[in-house]
Amino acid sequence: MNAKVAMQSEEVRILAPTGVCGSGFIEASFEKALALSPHFIGCDAGSTDPGPSHLGNGKAAFPEAAVYRDLRLMLLGARRAGIPLLIGSAGTAGGDVHVDWMIQILQKIAEVEQLRFKLAVIRAEQNKDYLKRRLSEGRIKALDPAPQFDEAVIDRSERIVGMMGAEPFMRALERGADVVIAGRASDTAIFAAIPVMNGFPEGVAWHAGKILECGAAAVVNRKSPDCMFAWLRKDHFVVEAPNSDLRCTPQSIASHSLYENADPFRLVECSGTLDLTDSKYEAVSERAVKVSNSAFIPTSTYTVKLEGAERVGYQSVVIGSVRDPFIIRQIDDWTERLTERIHGRIKQVYGERLKSADYVVHIRIYGKNGTMGPLEPVKEIRAHELCLIIEVTAQTQDLASSIAGIVRHQGLHLPIPEWSGLITALACPYNPAHLDRGAVYRFNVNHVVQPDDPYEMFPMSLYSISGSTMEACG
Amino acid sequence: MSALGTLARLIRSKNAGPFVLTFDIMFDDEVVYQRVKSSGRIGPEVIASLYNLSPDRVRFFYCDNALAIKASIPRPYSQGDIYDADGHGGQQYAPLMDIEIP
Repeated sequence: MNAKVAMQSEEVRILAPTGVCGSGFIEASFEKALALSPHFIGCDAGSTDPGPSHLGNGKAAFPEAAVYRDLRLMLLGARRAGIPLLIGSAGTAGGDVHVDWMIQILQKIAEVEQLRFKLAVIRAEQNKDYLKRRLSEGRIKALDPAPQFDEAVIDRSERIVGMMGAEPFMRALERGADVVIAGRASDTAIFAAIPVMNGFPEGVAWHAGKILECGAAAVVNRKSPDCMFAWLRKDHFVVEAPNSDLRCTPQSIASHSLYENADPFRLVECSGTLDLTDSKYEAVSERAVKVSNSAFIPTSTYTVKLEGAERVGYQSVVIGSVRDPFIIRQIDDWTERLTERIHGRIKQVYGERLKSADYVVHIRIYGKNGTMGPLEPVKEIRAHELCLIIEVTAQTQDLASSIAGIVRHQGLHLPIPEWSGLITALACPYNPAHLDRGAVYRFNVNHVVQPDDPYEMFPMSLYSISGSTMEACG
Repeated sequence: MSALGTLARLIRSKNAGPFVLTFDIMFDDEVVYQRVKSSGRIGPEVIASLYNLSPDRVRFFYCDNALAIKASIPRPYSQGDIYDADGHGGQQYAPLMDIEIP
């Protein structure tokens, strides 16, 4: 496959099978879309949305079998049509371990299906010394809001990834890749790379990418994850879902720029800002929408967003419910007394060996303000039962688990003035009453790096895959 | 007077990255959208007061071609952190439903 994808110069056609590889799509929609002769297939495979644990513990949010199913169909479709397949943000978080996991799935598919292709692997996990150097040079800048970021944060991060732009994808295609598996990448860049390298206006390319990256999410009547298709031309693009049950309307496409974006008009990418302020949305049929007049304002300083995760500790939780109206009406007082009792008993058991800073006990009260916490405007409890989730976070699982044992026993028998005699105040549905959650993580970076060029943070390797063999080829 | 929850086709909240929470109030009728927009009952100050922030921390938008009103705020806790109760930010919009629109 040549760098300039075999296409007529007036149109680029793009197939986005689904919003996330592993979430699924309808095979019949995919076949219908392939019959429309796309120039490439693109799919995002990750996000921060599933939470910091995936970046922290190296595991993907979707099971291997689900990713295998989606990736197999995409790979077979792309090889049959002889078009590139671009996958970004491999394995949810796009770190090295996530990329390796996705490559293993790809290799299994290649072996079973006896496929031959050239694979580009683009990594996005960042070297800690590199980040420290850029930090000391003042070339890591905070976004808003951002946590404190310094050398200590870099050191204690499990991993930090950079979110690549379109350029590393372009370079992989220029080097002849049929399939690209990339670490953390801008979802939009996966789709913008080929149109931009073929001279299409960046406003058209990036806006189309923004719609496509969520698959069929931008339709009026989304039922399940499915395919989306776009025709890009020099001054507009048209978008339509291949599944004839799904409709795009000007409003549904315009609305899509709101989803999971802080600013619905200005979307920042590594190489500039997509500006939708003056975008025009017109119906071209009952199901298709034409979009024009979107602008892309190139930046003078190329920036790469970082995502990092660090381990907060290990957690155990006790789940218990309360049905007694006497306890419910004094639940704040009861949980305050419970917290004091827990700290008191911990001191009795561990003495000076354990400081109060070494562990955190946090009580969530569902039926009161479990969902919104202190922001809950409804102060009066209207429920006839409450669910308490009591979390213990500590530096080892053994300690968290041991403290949870103390929590259970203190919670069970904490008295109230209305009753005399021993009460049992919590109904525990699970036995053992506490659940060990393992390591828990937090996101610890919301910053951008200013690299020398778009490639230095994203090393690429090329491989030749033939059935079960995979050989480096530059 | 009508509650905003009865006028919108969809009110939702969601993460916009791990550190930002965003609200979308979406309509399917231009007249209703304009009624809400011109009512003066929803703006950065209202969001700030409901979510206990200073109004200058609220980013607020009218999206006429989407018939939508949007606001974004810093998350009270970052996504997944120890005191966070809503990993996807998906259930933080309920107080918006009760805003009364003339």
